[in-house]
Amino acid sequence: MSVFDGLKFRRVSSPVHDLDPRVKFFFVCVLFVVAVMFMQLLPLILLFFVPIPLVVVAGVKREWIRSLKGASMLAFFIFFFNFIFNYIYNEYPRIPSASLIEYSVAMTLRFVVMVETFSVFFLTTSPDLLGLALEQSRVPYEFCFAFTTAVRFVPVLAEEAQTIMDAQKSRGLELERGNFLKRIRNYIPILIPLIVSAIRRSLELAEAMESRAWGATKKRTNLYVLKLRRTDYALAFISILMLVFAVMVWRFIPIPALNTLLSFS
Amino acid sequence: MIEVKDVYFSYPNGVEALKGVSITIRNGDFVAVMGQNGAGKTTLVKHFNGLLKPKKGEVLVDGVSTRDVSVANLARKVGFVFQNPDHQLFCETVEDEVAFALKNFGYARNVISRRVNWALNLLGLTQYRKTSPFMLSGGERKRVALASVLAWNPKIVILDEPTIGQDYQQKEKLRQFITQLRAQKKTVVIVTHDMEFVAECNPRVVLMTEGKIMADGRAEKILTDYELVTKASLVPPQVTQIFMKLSDLGLPSDVIDVHEARKILLDLLVGS
Repeated sequence: MSVFDGLKFRRVSSPVHDLDPRVKFFFVCVLFVVAVMFMQLLPLILLFFVPIPLVVVAGVKREWIRSLKGASMLAFFIFFFNFIFNYIYNEYPRIPSASLIEYSVAMTLRFVVMVETFSVFFLTTSPDLLGLALEQSRVPYEFCFAFTTAVRFVPVLAEEAQTIMDAQKSRGLELERGNFLKRIRNYIPILIPLIVSAIRRSLELAEAMESRAWGATKKRTNLYVLKLRRTDYALAFISILMLVFAVMVWRFIPIPALNTLLSFS
Repeated sequence: MIEVKDVYFSYPNGVEALKGVSITIRNGDFVAVMGQNGAGKTTLVKHFNGLLKPKKGEVLVDGVSTRDVSVANLARKVGFVFQNPDHQLFCETVEDEVAFALKNFGYARNVISRRVNWALNLLGLTQYRKTSPFMLSGGERKRVALASVLAWNPKIVILDEPTIGQDYQQKEKLRQFITQLRAQKKTVVIVTHDMEFVAECNPRVVLMTEGKIMADGRAEKILTDYELVTKASLVPPQVTQIFMKLSDLGLPSDVIDVHEARKILLDLLVGS
């Protein structure tokens, strides 16, 4: 659950929080694309450091580190499976080579880069602003609303899940008991009430919305309108520059593997 | 017996819900925990079966600290019925729902079927045994939740807001039911705002505000203390209010029971 802690938005003001969500999202997309473009360790290490200035400026270091910690288990699995399967397929009887380790680390780092950029984005962008950004990007309002509502109800559902767990524990349910399959089955008494109440809640929400004239006019207006400012243009420019640079490198410059680089020097 | 010794508790988000609570509930006691929203009532009773563990202090159930045993273990002694039955119902039939806890506790099959029959009969649910709990009305679902806890016959029964969303008849049934539990020497703890319900039951009342126990004593003493009750954001029972306003007629101000009030009024009218 601690992975999600790293995605929880808190309303504070900082230059990063004030950035236009659309530009921020573009920045995240660029980082994603670049991370997927390269399979070598060297550029991924560089990429790892790119979002850090934003984290520092936004002052969300603690939450950001917590989300990385939360993802560490998954990162470990990614390393482990990459390593094991590649080893079995390609190098089985021999000792694992340095390049195999480097490759596995690179794949893990790629995941970490995605998590960290995602985390910065969600830590510094309010769900309302995100909805607004979607709306002004001409996404139909129904979808925007569904999206913001989903985000907004995550903490409510989490609380409800806790209550349900308490209720079932009081009836002698032991979640940690039994083998792997039994443990998964232990969650049925939690999931069913949770889903049922989520459906009930959504029906109630729909009725409440309709009684407040949802969808009465085709063209909605907004109290707030997003406008690009100088810093937004700067970030957009940096993002484009990064993308162009990455494409050039990817196309024309052979990237040395870290292990060969180290063994030569 | 439940002993709460100077317990402090705060939630992960930093809210201090209990600030030094001490209380002893003896076997066979009937206690109503009252107070405004956020006073810490539910937090306190969640300590009784170990769902929450004290940050400081200690909770002993029959002499055993709740820190040392699992909730599932404590649950055999302390049955906890949650406020909203929808937070626990998940089975396909009412019968399965009532049997769920019994299976968790590892009872033998014949014992389970006997206990299920007993609990369904007790709460008048026998006709619904093959029905899905989701098809029942709110009040019936609440009864299923109650049956599913009483089925294993716990020594101590905790009811969190048992009267919410219940019509008068169902409240009356609930009251009779609690009387029945008390006749079986069970300890009953209810958490509630329902002043009239408490006045009719006449239990020991524990009044809470802001994470502390403000008062603890007989209902007719606490609920008729206007200042105390107002401080806890409650109002005295209606009978008491009338008697308070008619105090110049020489009426006592510590009456909460309707039958007692009737007697006093009759005496007054016939006497004059």
